[in-house]
Amino acid sequence: MITAEQKPLQEILGYIAPYEKILVVGCNECVTVCAAGGRKEVGLLSSAIRLNSAKEGKKIEVLEHTLERQCDPEYVAQLEDLAGQVDAIVSLACGCGIQTVAVNYAIPVFPGVNTKFMGASESQGIWAERCMGCGDCMLGITGGICPIARCSKSIMNGPCGGSVNGKCEISPDVDCAWQLIWNRLVELGMQDRYEELVAAKDWRPAGGGGPRKIIREDLASSKIITEDNA
Amino acid sequence: MKTESRLEKVLASGQLAVTSEVGPPRGCNIDVIKEKANMIKDYVDGINITDNQTAMVRMSSIAGGIVIKQMGLDPIIQMVSRDRNRLAMQSDILGAYALGCNTMLCLSGDHPQFGDHPMAKPVYDIDSINMIKMVKDMRDEAKFQGGADITDPPKMFIGAAANPFADPFELRVMRLAKKVAAGVDFIQTQCIFNTAKFETWMKQVVDRGLHEKVAILAGITPMKSLGMAKYMKSKVPGMDIPDEVIDRLAGVDKDKQAQEGIKMAIEQMQRLKECKGVKGFHIMAIEWEEKVPELVKGAGLYPRPQV
Repeated sequence: MITAEQKPLQEILGYIAPYEKILVVGCNECVTVCAAGGRKEVGLLSSAIRLNSAKEGKKIEVLEHTLERQCDPEYVAQLEDLAGQVDAIVSLACGCGIQTVAVNYAIPVFPGVNTKFMGASESQGIWAERCMGCGDCMLGITGGICPIARCSKSIMNGPCGGSVNGKCEISPDVDCAWQLIWNRLVELGMQDRYEELVAAKDWRPAGGGGPRKIIREDLASSKIITEDNA
Repeated sequence: MKTESRLEKVLASGQLAVTSEVGPPRGCNIDVIKEKANMIKDYVDGINITDNQTAMVRMSSIAGGIVIKQMGLDPIIQMVSRDRNRLAMQSDILGAYALGCNTMLCLSGDHPQFGDHPMAKPVYDIDSINMIKMVKDMRDEAKFQGGADITDPPKMFIGAAANPFADPFELRVMRLAKKVAAGVDFIQTQCIFNTAKFETWMKQVVDRGLHEKVAILAGITPMKSLGMAKYMKSKVPGMDIPDEVIDRLAGVDKDKQAQEGIKMAIEQMQRLKECKGVKGFHIMAIEWEEKVPELVKGAGLYPRPQV
């Protein structure tokens, strides 16, 4: 999933300082799971804004709403009435959601979170980066461990000379991805794979070819099914 | 001969090669490079010029290499994949070769996290193994990495690093084999302090016949003091400093430690001269270049062959 962390309150307050009526919008997908921008966080941030305004003697009205999915214009359309009542929006969705709201409403839309990375949950309250969306998945040859996302140097033929006791040279808290890859190859009896040279990566599918887009003709031409028209 | 490299000629003559290195200044004064190069010039077959080592900005390795070339000496240009994508690397290789640099070292480079610009975007477009292949294809196929033809291709003698002391140990020879498959001509190893472990690695290299395909120069660093040994043991990633090294330095008076460090390095080279597959030494006398002559003479490697 896409992970995010809420921005410092002072930064958000700075964005909304000129406005008297704002809408805080959450998203019920990834940011809910990583507790950065779901319904609960919308409520907490809205309360904090109201408290701060009261403390400073300022007048502000804060509306709250959480969409099923903020990166989808079908859902973002549901904000039409609320957006018409406010001067600005604070979005607690990932960058994809924030932008979808921004292009659909002609009022300022501010980020309430910092979008971090595509990650998985390691344990309760801990998420770690697992994928960089390189567009040409190589997990099939690396034992299911990604060297692009998990090696600090994204080395295709690792480990580099900085791998010590299974840890990366940048920090004893970071696993050496190539140690993990090797362990997996041994576990799977696939050690022979290691000596095959992995060619220099073509970074075009990773974004080197400009902003990326997927067009599925079969889906793009058909009517989008929503709960309303199912 | 693949190239005009003096190092290649010395290795081809069957004699042990000696290289050393010079770190360029963190400023624009090239006299620093000249002074250091003058100290070591008669004792080595090539001089590495480091490329923003430890991810600290310094004068470019290629500029430093040209200074050394202009002194009539033989630069070994280091190039890290941390700071350049493949376009920049190839263009710099063309320029370096055009200005007389015919020997280079392909490295991934210390992560920016270590240096004075930790906020920089690390490049790592290609890794050191793919860099070796790129430089080899430029030389032998006259092709750019992207596939286009090169008119007047650069004929680089291609080096790389190997760290026998990094983990996992069982991969260290296999990774060297990948560098050999990619086309590397010579290897300069990480500083050796655990000589026994190096010999174990070297035996595996020889068992696989890799020593016949690549010239391995053993990395030698004299310890200046007990403090340096302790610092390297605890702070420098990928260093293996056995207790016996620490104990030996601790066993002499503080003002004798430097001399003991030189003695240890000389003994180590004498021991490794007998190690099958070792084709020479790469002496990294960190901020102690003036000791290179003493080390080379002490190891019986002076005078250097005229090739």
